Amino acid sequence: MRQTLAIATGKTLLEILHRTGRGGTAFPGLVATKIAPHILRDLTARLPGGSAMVIGTNGKTTTTRLFATILETAGVKVANNRSGSNLIRGLTSTLLNQASLRGKLTADMGLFEVDEAAFPQAQAEIQPRLILMNNLFRDQLDRYGEIDTIRKRWAESIKTLAPGTKLILNADDPSMAYLARFAPEGVKTVFFGLDHPPLALAKLAHAVDAAKCIVCGTNMVYDAIYISHMGHYHCPNCDFRRPDPQFVVKEVKLSVSEGSQFVLETPDGPLELKVGVPGLYNVYNAAGASAAALSMGIATGHVTKGLEKFKSVFGRIERIALGEGRHLLLALVKNPVGFNEVLRMLTHDPAQKLKMMVIINDLYADGRDVSWLWDVDFEVLADRLGWVQTGGLRATDMANRLKYAGIDPALISWEEDIATSLKLAMDRLPANETLYITPTYTAMLQLREILQKMGLVVPFWEE
Amino acid sequence: MKLEIAFLYHDLMNIYGDRGNIITLSQRARWRGIETTVTELSVGDPVDPDKYDFYFFGGGQDKEQYAVADDLKGEKGAALKEAAAKGAVFLAVCGGYQLLGHYYRPDNGPDLLGIGLLDVHTIAGNKRCIGNVIIQSEFGTLVAFENHSGKTYLGPQARPLGRSEIGYGNNAEDGNEGAIQNNVFGCYLHGSLLPKNPHFADHLLKLALQRRYGPVELTPLDDTVEMAAHRAALQRARDTR
Ligand SMILES: [Zn+2]
Repeated sequence: MRQTLAIATGKTLLEILHRTGRGGTAFPGLVATKIAPHILRDLTARLPGGSAMVIGTNGKTTTTRLFATILETAGVKVANNRSGSNLIRGLTSTLLNQASLRGKLTADMGLFEVDEAAFPQAQAEIQPRLILMNNLFRDQLDRYGEIDTIRKRWAESIKTLAPGTKLILNADDPSMAYLARFAPEGVKTVFFGLDHPPLALAKLAHAVDAAKCIVCGTNMVYDAIYISHMGHYHCPNCDFRRPDPQFVVKEVKLSVSEGSQFVLETPDGPLELKVGVPGLYNVYNAAGASAAALSMGIATGHVTKGLEKFKSVFGRIERIALGEGRHLLLALVKNPVGFNEVLRMLTHDPAQKLKMMVIINDLYADGRDVSWLWDVDFEVLADRLGWVQTGGLRATDMANRLKYAGIDPALISWEEDIATSLKLAMDRLPANETLYITPTYTAMLQLREILQKMGLVVPFWEE
Repeated sequence: MKLEIAFLYHDLMNIYGDRGNIITLSQRARWRGIETTVTELSVGDPVDPDKYDFYFFGGGQDKEQYAVADDLKGEKGAALKEAAAKGAVFLAVCGGYQLLGHYYRPDNGPDLLGIGLLDVHTIAGNKRCIGNVIIQSEFGTLVAFENHSGKTYLGPQARPLGRSEIGYGNNAEDGNEGAIQNNVFGCYLHGSLLPKNPHFADHLLKLALQRRYGPVELTPLDDTVEMAAHRAALQRARDTR
């Protein structure tokens, strides 16, 4: 009875919000949860194919969307939380959206991206049959607490997994390898990882979290570093080392405009894959999504096709044409590691003088402390910038950071108001050039709204 | 002129972007033609008390803090005390601040002993003090971001860095933030602290140079961007707390 009331109320609220043009909100889920606290457990139990879950600090939205695209290509109807509202009430809203007033679901299975902090609760409520764990980075510490704490909570949660659950883990992230040790009997662990020496970095960057062995605290030895603390590692003191992955990424070819190509070695032979979003971290995301889909028994043809037709997730990386050969390229930034990867992608071509716009807000969803900007290696931009315009509530902090990174102050301008700042940047963008825009989360939301008014993008909940 | 900076436990005590303080101090020295070296010193690395003019000591996660406290026992702690007695400047933030004090008392478990360069001690608190802050200090107004649950109390040898105009400060009780004792500065100020407070950065720089060169006058720099960031942070603190 409570359930029925909760579903009906939640759905009515969703209708109203949609009609008044406020999509993608978690509010109806919140209300439904207030009426029936275990509404999420009840709704997910009605999904015939059960649920899968994606967690990780970086790339979980893209990974979830890649996974969903593969499943949809294979004809599986997926209920998935698309608009990035990934707390418990967001998940509830997602399911309400797809339920009939009587609580009947049209989807075959649920696929949810879940916040670091919400994982234990979401896992207990949803009882997923598959969990894809990407990585664990330092992210918005003021919100989630320290990495050790999160890892401990995840480990506790993993100990409670039901037999038959599949854990798909990134072997290159020591935290993921460590967490696999907590899987109870009957839980299947599957690893994916990268093996392509030409892409290895020379040394660990500043923002790196896991240079110490998680088990014994000894300095870890890396034979290859691919992104931040991810790579081929082993502890010289104990038996902790990178597990041999069943799914291995090889022969990676990166391109900013074309996306990436790579070979994925699987237990059933190699697959040639193409993914339409740039950057090495998206290769990891695609490998994780593929490993998860293949472990579920999805045919290889659907994986290949799904990845190829994938279009960038709202806000993660998006390319918008302005005419006269001019483009905007939007890449969301939310922590030092992610930002470093975006910078690595943008500075790929040494001949290019970048035209950039960096928009930094400090609202709750962005992380209220902007200290993290000092952990980003903006120094790589020195000599590589045509000019840079900053915007957002912390436009001046950002401009200051760039000055201290050794960038000529004459190339830096700032304007807090995002619409004005964008106009200034677009006005000085020459024909056939791209403006690279890197906003934080709430800055991206504002930017989308501004671009929508200009007729350049569609509202994200309609995608 | 030359400036020697030591970054203590750069690999363990480096959360919250506090290396912005090192970047700021060294850039502001270099822009004035002062040759600057930054040396990273971690667990097991010896400290030559005569070598460095400025020591930076940041915050870390709990687990790391124990390894660092362990390393500070004995010779290393003694070398740092000798350096301070000879006039070297210290800036310690958060966990580093606590470890320069006498001890940190956790909820359960034994005290984490510091080296007592600052006459302060810290008790674990159950409330996280978090948000934008404004401090009124003898060096002018300071803007920053606090994020700590430890409550730090000053003894008679130390004086506060300033009054909290906005923010919880040392212990959310006495309205003060940070501690100063001779040339040793400790505080809970992230943000990073020095980039947006160039006047305070220059004060520390002058103190650090004094050890070798006596009183120095610093060439003024164009601080337009720095002060714009300072003013924006003042505004954010007033809007958000
Ligand atoms: Zn070990």
